[in-house]
Amino acid sequence: MTIRRTTLGGHTVEFPSLVELMAKATPARSGDVLAGCAAESAAERVAAQTVLADLPLATFLEEQVVGYEEDDVTRLILDTHDAAAFAPVASLTVGEFRDRLLAWAAEGDEPAISALAPGLTPEMVAATSKLMRNADLIAVGRRARVVTGLRSTIGLPGRLASRLQPNHPTDDPLGVTASVLDGLLHGSGDAVIGINPATDSPAQTIALLELLDAVISRYGIPTQSCVLAHVTTTLRALEKGAPVDLVFQSVGGTQGANRGFGVTLDLLAEARAGALELGRGTVGRNVTYFETGQGSALSAGAHLGVGGRPVDQQTLECRAYAVARHFEPLLVNTVVGFIGPEYLYDGKQVARAGLEDHFCGKLLGLPMGVDVCYTNHAEVDADDTDALMLLLGAAGCSFVIAVPGSDDVMLHYQSLSFSDVLTTRQVLGLRPAPEFEAWLARMDLLGDDGRVRELAPDAPAARALLAAATS
Amino acid sequence: MSTVEPDPWAVLRGATRARVALGRAGDGLPTTRELEFRLAHAVARDAVHTALDPAAVRAALGDGDVVEVRSAAADRAEYLQRPDLGRRLAEGTELPATGDDLGIVLADGLSPRAVHDHAPGLVAALRERLDGWSVAPLVLAHQARVGLGDAIGAALGVRAVVVLIGERPGLSSADSLGAYLTWEPRPGRVDAERNCVSNVRPPHGLGYDQAARTVASLLAGARELGASGVALKDEAALPG
Repeated sequence: MTIRRTTLGGHTVEFPSLVELMAKATPARSGDVLAGCAAESAAERVAAQTVLADLPLATFLEEQVVGYEEDDVTRLILDTHDAAAFAPVASLTVGEFRDRLLAWAAEGDEPAISALAPGLTPEMVAATSKLMRNADLIAVGRRARVVTGLRSTIGLPGRLASRLQPNHPTDDPLGVTASVLDGLLHGSGDAVIGINPATDSPAQTIALLELLDAVISRYGIPTQSCVLAHVTTTLRALEKGAPVDLVFQSVGGTQGANRGFGVTLDLLAEARAGALELGRGTVGRNVTYFETGQGSALSAGAHLGVGGRPVDQQTLECRAYAVARHFEPLLVNTVVGFIGPEYLYDGKQVARAGLEDHFCGKLLGLPMGVDVCYTNHAEVDADDTDALMLLLGAAGCSFVIAVPGSDDVMLHYQSLSFSDVLTTRQVLGLRPAPEFEAWLARMDLLGDDGRVRELAPDAPAARALLAAATS
Repeated sequence: MSTVEPDPWAVLRGATRARVALGRAGDGLPTTRELEFRLAHAVARDAVHTALDPAAVRAALGDGDVVEVRSAAADRAEYLQRPDLGRRLAEGTELPATGDDLGIVLADGLSPRAVHDHAPGLVAALRERLDGWSVAPLVLAHQARVGLGDAIGAALGVRAVVVLIGERPGLSSADSLGAYLTWEPRPGRVDAERNCVSNVRPPHGLGYDQAARTVASLLAGARELGASGVALKDEAALPG
């Protein structure tokens, strides 16, 4: 183990391991304080960043944050590393890599940035993000191009998709339908119509899958559905012949965190194979969807790395992206304010984490979206989430999550609303996924100016959707 | 000539509490709807940040001993960021080791307002159903998590502890009280070793009598089983 040091105000600061160096270089957040790995002072944080900046990127191929032998996520990361893709930046330090990325971003060199993904490890990307400011994360993130597809195309330039999340406390079909229609009339749902089921049972999951499939088929909507049940439940639904577009699972950055979620890499591979076999795509073959979030490993008590030391939550989050990318997802999103103030305390920490997660996910090759959200005991309000949604729109975020009126009446938290998606698209000149945009136009929901029309409930388009739903 | 057609939205609105069909002001929300949402959030925020008022709770409880304690979390901000501190008693805390059967803790949790509104009513209903249980003086706990009941129960030397705690406020429920039962409380107990009765908030949620009946039934079951948690099922709560 290498002890790394620098001088600070005339005295020496030492970082006895890579785990501690990464943790102490992380911009302040409550979760790292809770884990006991945060920098003790603002100056120590910058000292760690200074040491980190001089670290060769290749160090992360030699020295681990979480051990290779005991963790299958680490093995996945190293065993699938693409040396050829890494070659263009293999000789750089972390600090030099940051500078190179900013230069490529300024030149608009999307291919140079995007081609790196298979050659980058989560730890390299996490380290680089720790040296970046929010604007750096935005400038580079928008140049990392990741395009995926199933029945709509996600991640094209100038597009912002949304997941329509029509949750209901009892999975009532009519209640779910009400939220689906409200979202569609607002131009939401091009990334996915995705329900968190109130009950994780195969029967309930199949019922919801059939409901969503009926809506999508009836109106010929170029999007996909998802019931965010546990992957084992989705496997059962697949066995029963249910119309599964996407296999969903929450994943974490350590083997232990994934054990806490009740999943293994083999299980995810099996489910993906099952969904691929159905061949339900029209424009692509990406059939998985993953959610992540800083703090999930700590909350599962599965956050320790080499030497039994706590790993910072942002590095662990990036490691979850290695799990996700192995399964060629259509969608991945971080749920950035859901877990509570003990992990991300206030609007500043939530915004920072959202931009980090988007940047790191994109650099690693993921179709990255964000659930911009908050709970009532966090120091966050709608002004904070407004700011983050617009920053993410500027950063080229693939998709955001939207619920009716910002109020998820099943999970009891606040996410963005359908009108927030309209506002972000309007302010930043962003458009829905192209196939979905064409459908909106066919349904007469799009004005000549490209905006989603404000329809009276008795307008023909609204009436057609509503009448069918309530018949 | 005109035909009256039913508003399809009326049917759909009736099927969900979700905020559907709010209308638009440009791409944003109409003022009325915006203010409705703000009020719901403000009420929830206030519920989190209202300080527990010991005098008011004592007055509502009527006669009887009440002991006040604090967790190791110094203030609300630390409480929200350090759940570990909210599960430990402040240094130097002393409690009488009464050796009674049962300890009852009123904990502010994430909604002191829930304690103000519902704890006295639930305690009264519970006392009526505790024949055969000796009860230690009530403990009123500031900046407390559910796990603080383990430290309090161990100090009191009771066989079981019931923590009545303010639950995380939602947009439409800022005053929800939860009751957590732990048999043989001691620091280090995990959530799987507890039983919970949630959403006590009449008239919208569970009523005091119903909640007290369930808690008393769980207590009797725990005494028989010698344990609480996943092994203990609430038979009384089953229909029939």
